[in-house]
Amino acid sequence: MTHTANEMMVIAASRALRNNDICFVGIGMPSAACNLARLTHAPDITLIYESGTIGTKPDVLPLSIGDGELCDTALTTVSVPEMFRYWLQGGRITVGFLGGAQIDRFANLNTTVVGPYNKPKTRLPGGGGAPEIAVACGEIFIIMRQATRSFVDKLDFFTSFGHGSGGNDRARLGIKTKGPTRLVTDFAVYEPEPQTKEMIVTSIHPGVTREQIQGSAGWPVRYAANVAETPPPTAQELEVLRELNARTARAHGEAA
Amino acid sequence: MARFLSLAAAVEEIIRDGDTVAAEGFTHLIPHAAGHEIIRQRRRRLTLIRMTPDLIYDQMIGMGCAEKLVFSWVGNPGVGSLHRFRDAYENGWPCSIAIEEHSHAAMANAYEAGAAGLPCAIFRGYLGVDLPKVNPNIRRVTCPFTGEELAAVPALRPDVGVVHALRADRAGNVLIEGIVGIQKEVVLASKRSLVTVEEIVDDFGERSANAVILPSWTISAIACVPGGAHPSYAHGYYARDNAFYLAWDKIARDRDSFLAWMKTNVLDKGPEAFAVHSTRLRVAAE
Repeated sequence: MTHTANEMMVIAASRALRNNDICFVGIGMPSAACNLARLTHAPDITLIYESGTIGTKPDVLPLSIGDGELCDTALTTVSVPEMFRYWLQGGRITVGFLGGAQIDRFANLNTTVVGPYNKPKTRLPGGGGAPEIAVACGEIFIIMRQATRSFVDKLDFFTSFGHGSGGNDRARLGIKTKGPTRLVTDFAVYEPEPQTKEMIVTSIHPGVTREQIQGSAGWPVRYAANVAETPPPTAQELEVLRELNARTARAHGEAA
Repeated sequence: MARFLSLAAAVEEIIRDGDTVAAEGFTHLIPHAAGHEIIRQRRRRLTLIRMTPDLIYDQMIGMGCAEKLVFSWVGNPGVGSLHRFRDAYENGWPCSIAIEEHSHAAMANAYEAGAAGLPCAIFRGYLGVDLPKVNPNIRRVTCPFTGEELAAVPALRPDVGVVHALRADRAGNVLIEGIVGIQKEVVLASKRSLVTVEEIVDDFGERSANAVILPSWTISAIACVPGGAHPSYAHGYYARDNAFYLAWDKIARDRDSFLAWMKTNVLDKGPEAFAVHSTRLRVAAE
């Protein structure tokens, strides 16, 4: 079965989630990847959305972080302060799943502004839950499409902290969690190099070239000694993802 | 004790020019009808507080009600930018607007501190990021017991808290179920409060395990506005109008189409216009 680069990205991201993960889910592609994992290899994964829904099993992907579907299918729903204090800050989340507008080679993220903060070229939505998700979750997965304007040499603004300037920057700030351990794009999978913490390519999606990867990144991309080829989507993964997307489109369209 | 008023009378009495107003509801139960009434009564120079300023504040900002926005995520969820906010912030139309930006954790903690009567909120946050460089209200304190450095932000104590709830009983107690968000904290943190509800009942009936009840004596005024959260939703009453959130992107992109929509749907209408949405998007009884 042929697949798109987007489908490969969401499927590759979903594979990294484990059945026993407690996952803090962002809206958009992270939500697609997490629910795909739940509907395929990780049926018992606990999905948590920052609106307070714990153990939610939506039939369609939510448009917003607090769609009714999330509450209706949740084990329980807590208040927003409780979500951020007891569950996130309390250290009960194993994986936080984030996206962003800009990323650098150390997986720091910007979702705040393009250009200067006080006179932005583009004002973006801001951090929301991300600044604390990035430090409180056991580890962070990031999913983003590659493009030179988003994979930048230098962020315009540090919205959430990845590996800082690399090395032991997290520990230096007193952060005890691992930070970004995986970046999945439409071209490849990146993981932090053990010492420098620079995100390096460890797996390239089928049919993608190193020229494409470099052509859409604003820094000289480095590769692991042994780079794998990402296994292509299985028929089951593609079928479940497409059904999920079709159900979602029908649900949001029918709300009119 | 809460008094039952018409929405127009409640806004007239409770919200004044220059007030700090927090209209909350985390995706669920956003008090859109109250927002429209504030626009119709032409309130000015408001400081608007909200974790996720979405369409409700895009409309109020575009109609010139606000001089400052305090927020942690500003956008149309799952859709894109708030065009009226960006036009005000980037181009000063219809008037310029100042911002004070936080993270969700900071805002949630700050409302809770406000409800608890504390001067500030303390939490583990803002590590390694740039917001503390541009927001002087983000500071650090040292735990006197462990020496850990923590983030501190001032408590939020709005002049007025505005929320939508599912129902009130005749004594003026208010019930919220589903995604309960930050509703309880904002009402308790605010000096005055306005609650719109779907209906007024003799008895709340069966309650879910996480039901939030706000006692009548914590609320200034209640106005019954069926459908008053649209295009947000009311758990067990009507669904989120996702199609309208998508449509808003086009309406708000252009100043003229925005003003035309506001005239037809807000300035020339009243709170009763919301009832049709609760019927159109009604959810089956569970």
